[in-house]
Amino acid sequence: MTNTKIKFENVEFTYIPPSGRPVRALERLSLDVAENEFVSIVGPSGCGKSTLLYLLGGFLPLEHGEITVDGRKVSKPGPDRGIVFQHFALFPWKTVRQNVLYGLERKKMDAAQRDELAQKYIDLVKLTGFEDSWPAQLSGGMKQRVAIARTLVTDPDVLLMDEPFGALDAQTRGILQEELLAIWGLTRKTVLFVTHDVHEAVLLSDRVIVMSARPGRIKSTVNIDLPRPRNSEVTRSQNFASYCDEIWGLVREEALVASGIKT
Amino acid sequence: MKKLAIRYLPIALIILFWEFASRAGLVSQDVLPAFSAVMVRLWELSAGGEMLVHVSASLLRISSGLGLGIIVGSALGFLLAASITAQRLIQPTLTFLYPLPKSALIPVIIIWLGFGNSAQIMVIFLGSLLPIVLGAYNGAKGVENTLVWSARSLGANAIETEYQVIIRAALPDLLAGIRVALALSFVLLISSEMVGAQQGMGFLVAFLGDGGDYAGMFAGAFVISAIGFAADRAYLALYHHLLRYREA
Repeated sequence: MTNTKIKFENVEFTYIPPSGRPVRALERLSLDVAENEFVSIVGPSGCGKSTLLYLLGGFLPLEHGEITVDGRKVSKPGPDRGIVFQHFALFPWKTVRQNVLYGLERKKMDAAQRDELAQKYIDLVKLTGFEDSWPAQLSGGMKQRVAIARTLVTDPDVLLMDEPFGALDAQTRGILQEELLAIWGLTRKTVLFVTHDVHEAVLLSDRVIVMSARPGRIKSTVNIDLPRPRNSEVTRSQNFASYCDEIWGLVREEALVASGIKT
Repeated sequence: MKKLAIRYLPIALIILFWEFASRAGLVSQDVLPAFSAVMVRLWELSAGGEMLVHVSASLLRISSGLGLGIIVGSALGFLLAASITAQRLIQPTLTFLYPLPKSALIPVIIIWLGFGNSAQIMVIFLGSLLPIVLGAYNGAKGVENTLVWSARSLGANAIETEYQVIIRAALPDLLAGIRVALALSFVLLISSEMVGAQQGMGFLVAFLGDGGDYAGMFAGAFVISAIGFAADRAYLALYHHLLRYREA
């Protein structure tokens, strides 16, 4: 077995809205993610999957339990944990190139090296020729490619992805999933990937975590034993379909609980 | 070209009607001098160099007052958005000042600061402050969490994030606040010069009006609106240039 990269231990989180009752988002959640592993988290809406990612990112204060990356406690955001959000979160006043350069500005390298590295990642996400475009001029899929390049260029240890393809149309989503598979094949980052889409989780992951309805706990873990390197071909296999069915069933139970139909 | 003609046609018609109404005696020339008479007076006042003295006095005041308002107002707005303590400390004062018409302060400020430039500058500064504070505050408060989080996870510390992301992302709201302040500044400039100055466009208009030189008074008002119009156009051009990234 490989090294543990990310470790959640008895993590709890209560969300306190500006008005109204506090919401218990996560309850005694423990999870290990191995180095170079691609792990997806699925579960009903509001089960705390994104909260889990934000805690790992260091964006929310951890009130109970411990999260470590390479044995170091997470306390604030840092460039060792890169993140890609559903709605891209590009800096709208920066061009594609300037967005990709942002994370490199604080690194000790000269301007030529920075430009070269930025160009390499712009090429990697197939945006060659759009270096000087503003985000407002790009389609959703292109914006998400910029966000992926901006995060990968700083070479983070782990990559957090918060429903990154959730705001895209089906065709674009399919294309980006394949591109992500290819990029992951090259970089082999440890990835924690939150999604609603079971099909997407099975296609991309080594392991799929199914979370329970709120308060979020781990309901079950499904190892995806499909050969790599993968592409969309794999979705036609019998194994792929049975993984999807299995996970769908698990998510469905929780979705029913979450919507109050079943207890 | 045709579009331009249609746009300015109503203005031309108003001027023509104005000229006609005055010449034909529909209104007394004492109350409304003919447009041509106003233009003649405008030429006289400009050629004698008198207009320039007053225009530059006014421009100095409005640029100092508004400039100070922009610096202090945006600093205050960003501070309020960033710090709960600052918000608790400053917000009640601002809330109290907000509904107060700043022109009501003109007599008080003239008593305090006298008849120099400082009274007008102070009035403009106070009047421009609130819309700018609000613009900066709302802009900074409205910045998406994910934008801030992205910057932090790309290695920016809290201070870099404030300067490079929060203030930058708040720019559209701040610029809109400054535009409101600009319009307000003109009103306050002219009204404060009417009562407490020996120079400036507000003074000139009031002075000529008191002396019965209505053509001169209209010429002054014409210059004021021309400057106001030009300032707003120039500001809009700057606004669109700074926010060009949104116009894809």
